[in-house]
Amino acid sequence: MSETTAPGSARALHMPGLSALGPLLALVLLVALGAFLNDNFLSAGNITNVLARSAFIGMIAVGMTFVITSGGLDLSVGSMAAFIAGVMILAMNALLPSMGVGVPLILVGIAVALAVGLLAGLGNGLLVTKARIEPFIVTLGTMGIFRSLVTWLADGGTISLDFAVRQLYRPVYYSGLFGIAWPILAFAAVAIAGQIAMRHTRFGRYCEAIGSNDKVARYSAVNVDRVRLMTYVLLGLLVGLATIMYVPRLGSASGSTGLLWELEAIAAVIIGGTALKGGYGRVWGTVVGVIILSLIDNILNLANLVSPYLNGTIQGVIIVLAVVLQRGKSTSA
Amino acid sequence: MERRTFLTASLAAAAVAGLATPIAAQDRKVTIGVSIPSATHGFMGGLNWHAQETIKRITATYPNIDFVLATAGEVGKQVNDIEDMVTTRNIDALVVLPFESEPLTSPVKAVKDAGKWVTVVDRGLSQAGIEDLYVAGDNTAFGRVAGEYFKANLKPGQKIVVLRGIPTTLDNERVDAFKAAIDGSGIEILDMQHGNWNRDKAFSVMQDYLSKHKQIDAVWAADDDMAIGVLEAIAQAGRQQEMWVVGGAGMKEIVKRIMDKDPQLPVDVTYPPALISTALEITALRFASDTPVYGRFIIGSTLITPENAAQFYFPNSPF
Repeated sequence: MSETTAPGSARALHMPGLSALGPLLALVLLVALGAFLNDNFLSAGNITNVLARSAFIGMIAVGMTFVITSGGLDLSVGSMAAFIAGVMILAMNALLPSMGVGVPLILVGIAVALAVGLLAGLGNGLLVTKARIEPFIVTLGTMGIFRSLVTWLADGGTISLDFAVRQLYRPVYYSGLFGIAWPILAFAAVAIAGQIAMRHTRFGRYCEAIGSNDKVARYSAVNVDRVRLMTYVLLGLLVGLATIMYVPRLGSASGSTGLLWELEAIAAVIIGGTALKGGYGRVWGTVVGVIILSLIDNILNLANLVSPYLNGTIQGVIIVLAVVLQRGKSTSA
Repeated sequence: MERRTFLTASLAAAAVAGLATPIAAQDRKVTIGVSIPSATHGFMGGLNWHAQETIKRITATYPNIDFVLATAGEVGKQVNDIEDMVTTRNIDALVVLPFESEPLTSPVKAVKDAGKWVTVVDRGLSQAGIEDLYVAGDNTAFGRVAGEYFKANLKPGQKIVVLRGIPTTLDNERVDAFKAAIDGSGIEILDMQHGNWNRDKAFSVMQDYLSKHKQIDAVWAADDDMAIGVLEAIAQAGRQQEMWVVGGAGMKEIVKRIMDKDPQLPVDVTYPPALISTALEITALRFASDTPVYGRFIIGSTLITPENAAQFYFPNSPF
């Protein structure tokens, strides 16, 4: 990374070099604080817990980075995750008598989750690009729609996956490869692919171009609508992928599944250094942002620092500080 | 403005006329308005289901009683619902589970002042004497019954962790009663964090408890949704043999496991979502007969054990 090794001249302070280190610095400080407060903080078990928990929001936040970079926003992802989880569980339960408990049933469930995610993302994207409605309004609407649909599907209660299927599916969250849990591996794969797509592909460059000035991008023969649509479809697919990892954890979905995930994902993207108004995206920063958010929760639980009533305050302060750390020196961003 | 006053006045007159002739009540068409929070989590989902089932049953039994059911996702909508019921549906009685006490107090008082019967469920209003009938669960007993079980089944020096709900007075009452009940038993509470009555949140809080504490002998999850998350975290850590869990409310999956004598879930404490049925039935009785039903009806919190679990098991309810 050339931008992280900025020279120490006064002018360099205005370059993204130092500001890019902001989220990393916040992460290092949090890890040091955690290790200082509790001996078990750096244990393999705790690190696995924190990273596996981050994986759902993490995969969604990587997709959100592309949406925000191209000047969009998606508030519906949390409700969408709940809706996909509900449909996926109902589909698997419904097919159970005909297919029996087995890997094919799980694969069908996974296919359903990805298909519903793709369609949901496509719906959001088409409303933004074809119907020309503000993304904030479109996704505020679909947020309510998905949330109430899952409550309706669950009859106000909880949709639970059949016990036998769940036992078979459970390892997708709880076990892994070489001691690293599957959700962490999936998150890592999504993050690396996202970083490459943002920095080294035409798609990533187009996203940034559209986000900084969509008229100029259009005059430069970029198919603006198509790229925008693709960002929402990609995000929908990633929400589907996150749900595939989420369902085996508790085997259920309800009206309170995925509550406020959208805000956590957006917060992670912004903490990571992506501009909320679009034009610049940083996928690795988003990953750091997601981990910061789940570390705050983890440390508060491990440490008994303050009254639990004040947990929200601590979270808010750290989020704002993490952004101040990276924006303080570079007013141009 | 004028039209509105006229409407209210005529409604009040109609209500007074209704009250003046209780004998004729059986033949007169009666409309009962029901306003409850929408099914946003397990407990409320169960409550909504029981409300709908009870309404079906009552309308089948008493053909002259009609219901208007409205569910609200937030407090403002609930106030609007109640206003609409009075102005457009001409209700004779209101059964309301207030979202929050303070903001609902004056709208419900207005209904009472218009001469309607008012039944308040579960969450009291902030001003005494408005409601004719108050039906509620017993939060103090909910905490106390759980605490007494812990005291009776743990030895001095054993360690427990507690998951709290959403920070509210209701949660405080439960936790205070729990602490009072185990007072002097020598049981040590290692930690108390908020799990927000949510499975996912309870799962991660419990994971962190397990990383932090080497010895945990029991968990008061204080809610069945949270108990599900807690059990999953314990299973992940492979520490099922070390501790048992007590939830609360009476979710069918949990009650089933108690019936099956699951060693991890010895008991549960009731806080039945079916308390809405009690309120509806009693209110209907007021209009179907001359039975006196004003006053307070507090539904006790009892211990569900493998022996009595069958009577708390409702396999068709979503909760």
